[in-house]
Amino acid sequence: MSKPEFVYINLYRDLGRETLARPDRRRLHRALLVRPSRRLRLEGGSPYKFARPDAPSVEGKVLISDPPRRLAYTWDPCSPDAKRERTSRVTFDLEPRGKVVKLTVTHDNLDEGGKTLRDISSGWPMVIASLKSILETGRALPADLPSSAAKEKADV
Amino acid sequence: MNIDNFKPAIVYAIYIASTPEKVWEALTTAEFSRKYFSALAVEAELKVGGAFVVRAPDGSVHISGEVIECDPRAGSPSLERELAGAGREARRHARHLRDRACRRRRPADADPGPRPADRRRHLSGGRQGWPAILSSLKSLLETGDALAIKWSRRSGCWRR
Repeated sequence: MSKPEFVYINLYRDLGRETLARPDRRRLHRALLVRPSRRLRLEGGSPYKFARPDAPSVEGKVLISDPPRRLAYTWDPCSPDAKRERTSRVTFDLEPRGKVVKLTVTHDNLDEGGKTLRDISSGWPMVIASLKSILETGRALPADLPSSAAKEKADV
Repeated sequence: MNIDNFKPAIVYAIYIASTPEKVWEALTTAEFSRKYFSALAVEAELKVGGAFVVRAPDGSVHISGEVIECDPRAGSPSLERELAGAGREARRHARHLRDRACRRRRPADADPGPRPADRRRHLSGGRQGWPAILSSLKSLLETGDALAIKWSRRSGCWRR
């Protein structure tokens, strides 16, 4: 693994079944990628975008798609101030642990002290916590969690 | 005890749809901890210098430490306000809560000089353990049921 990297681990209840159900892990795998198009193929080399209503915020391409075990994609922020940083990589590893799934998010190949490292360090815990709430309760966490942009504005 | 020398080795943040009061209760009472903390019972004397003990199901002491900071009033503003980004003060407050929880709940770090091998073992246990424990805490508070996590003896945790 290249440094610096960011690792975040979370565990998820396996829903509605006594044993680990493949469909649920597949659901988690799918939930990890926002699909701009229904026709997006989760295959190595496929492009993807995390799009906001106005413009894409992150784009990249799928590096590994091995459902329901591993998903990796490149991470290329579209904001001008992060544009100069090198393209980083996000890897999701899903492991069954009895009746729960262990999800490990590894974001590496990041620029030391860069904007991306700062953003994702506060971003992934929120996103992954919300994902856990969706999968376990059907409800996401409030959408108005403080974004890193709002945080920077307030800290100035 | 001088806590200025503490350096955070593991800081783990998680967002929970709950209130600070409920999270506080879950962190400080055996009734809750037995459900999400691999059947371990937390016994905390909630004052600075008070005893902090985590007991195994057979009653033996699994972890013992000392309360370094304790301010339940800090838990009174609503988490919803914090989540909504009420401002710098609210965020500082949340950081404080998180830092304090980390300090209070990692008594192993209070010892200034564990042997490097022990320290590595503690850290490795912490990296494995806290995500599991806090994921289970989140499930417990949001759904009413903790996670049934399969622990391995090798990782130093209890099998449920």
